[in-house]
Amino acid sequence: MKKSGSESLKSINLRPFVESLIAILVGFIIGAIVLLAFGYNPWSAYYWLFQGALGSTYGIASTLKYATPIMLTALTFAIGTRTGIFNIGAESSFYFGAIAAVIFTNIWDNMWFGLAMGMLFGALWALPAAVLKVYRGVHEVISTIMLNWIGWFFVLWLIVGPYANPNDPNKTIRIPVDARLPIIGYGLSIAIIIAVIAALLTYFLLWHTTMGFGMRASGINQKAARYAGMNPKMAVMWSFLIGGLLSGLGGAMKIMGEGPGYAISQGGANIYGFGFDGIGVALVGRNHPLGIILSAIFFGMLRAGTALMQAQAHVPLEIIKVIQGIIVITVAIPSLYDLVKKAIHRGAA
Amino acid sequence: MDVGSVLSILITSLMAMVPIVLTSVGAAWSERAGVVSIGYEGVLLMSAFFGAIFAELTSNAVVGLLGGVFIGILLGMLHGALTVYLKGDHVIPGIGINLLAMGVVPFGILAYWGTAGQHQLPHDAQMWHWRTPYGELSPMVPVTILIALVTWWVLFKTPLGLRVRSVGENPEAADALGINVEKYRFWSAVYGHALAGLGGAFMSVDWLGLVHKTMSGGRGFIALANMVFSGWNPLVSLIGGWLFGFFDALAAWLAPKHIIPGQFILMLPYIMTLIIVAGIIGKARPPKWDGRPYKRE
Repeated sequence: MKKSGSESLKSINLRPFVESLIAILVGFIIGAIVLLAFGYNPWSAYYWLFQGALGSTYGIASTLKYATPIMLTALTFAIGTRTGIFNIGAESSFYFGAIAAVIFTNIWDNMWFGLAMGMLFGALWALPAAVLKVYRGVHEVISTIMLNWIGWFFVLWLIVGPYANPNDPNKTIRIPVDARLPIIGYGLSIAIIIAVIAALLTYFLLWHTTMGFGMRASGINQKAARYAGMNPKMAVMWSFLIGGLLSGLGGAMKIMGEGPGYAISQGGANIYGFGFDGIGVALVGRNHPLGIILSAIFFGMLRAGTALMQAQAHVPLEIIKVIQGIIVITVAIPSLYDLVKKAIHRGAA
Repeated sequence: MDVGSVLSILITSLMAMVPIVLTSVGAAWSERAGVVSIGYEGVLLMSAFFGAIFAELTSNAVVGLLGGVFIGILLGMLHGALTVYLKGDHVIPGIGINLLAMGVVPFGILAYWGTAGQHQLPHDAQMWHWRTPYGELSPMVPVTILIALVTWWVLFKTPLGLRVRSVGENPEAADALGINVEKYRFWSAVYGHALAGLGGAFMSVDWLGLVHKTMSGGRGFIALANMVFSGWNPLVSLIGGWLFGFFDALAAWLAPKHIIPGQFILMLPYIMTLIIVAGIIGKARPPKWDGRPYKRE
């Protein structure tokens, strides 16, 4: 116990953390330039953004609320990357988790059953991409994107068709009151706690179990993993299934843990986009579950602050997505740390 | 189904083919040189948006199309710089470009035109079309076919194409022969993204005459699937691109008929793409050094 503790301490490397901070800084600077170009005041925009996200207990609660779903979809992408797979399918597993929660809590009015079904259907929807990858060699970026679109239209049909609320056709039927997640306060449910536990379990799985070691080993070098007696095919299968399960859980909790309505809204507006945002969260969190907890909270801040930013500084909330995109591109710059260090030295000399 | 409907579906399928084929042809060239990008979805979306702005400012659709090419070139240079010169991962910058587009375009539509999500282009900013009794056809359809033909010819029949393919197949040998691997890879990435930029601007200033925040609709990825289906061959990608265009057009024709729920019809192109890729990919082989950074010893 003690040995592994000191080992993991030694392995903590601040470099990726600093690189992510640089990327975030670059995102905000370029975001400010874009705001200036369109005639907005970046100071006021950013002031109200952070005021909205951290300025009150309610703001902090909504930061954590927004962090929850993207923490889980980020874990999906991170598990994929750790096993050498670019799994873009978190988006549609999330839809299936959400609709499964709606369907099954209305069959059996129980929270745990709803969460389990959300996870099951999230994982099931990840299965085709896994099978196509392992047995047909289909690149997962293409298959998961196609499955995202197919899943989107399928869930959209369920929303407006069989599961539309007969009293309010703008929504699906609701999650029964007894199956909803308990609220901690300020609209924040226990979903955030479950998400953090999921991140910790993912960390434990990947770094402290034989199965996780096998998964990471096949992510680094498939051939070497096979020579060492591991099964990279099964590693890929597990990576997709566990990934789908986590996103499915995210989708289920989004609907079971948040008012108003506890239902999927018209056109799927409240279940769309979390998978794509999760990719950014995972990249900024360096595909490490602990990094993801931090970066999900950061991205949650951006989302939570937009309402006040839009109301007070009159800036369209889409600017946040612009900043997110720039952050991800900046994260993609290899050896960002060295580049910045060199530039600083050159400036000082 | 009467003859008129068949003709109208065929004409729509030719229009729907254009962005897919242009992107697949560009992606095939870029991957032949060893540069993988999954950012074409974002390139299509951003060039549709900026192309529309260029077209409106000048009241000229051709300037809009060239504006799309310009945006494609800029994004291609960004991708090329990160992957070719900085030796970075090929997939992540593409994800970044896609995410950026999902922010820039809705923000831009709102900030520039003051409308949420969608903007209709004025008539003088739209491309002229040949009018037929069964629908309109753009001059970009023959231009696209020509681009696919010329790209195929250059790639497989000229020394330039041989050099491009050699830096994707065997950069060490190419380097030994004095070919500047990085230069060929970089400009191949730029060419790939430039064609996607043309395809994106085609959607807004030519085909649909509007900008919508989700108008790329997965076409960037469908184009990648089509590239794989066609075996990284620009000529074959004409066929695959037309097939997708056909399902796209069929979906649009079937949707108002309410035979089955519209959502299932809209799934059709994506299901077909998945089936085609799953069925064909066993035989396809990417260039050997596709997506692998080349560092000189």
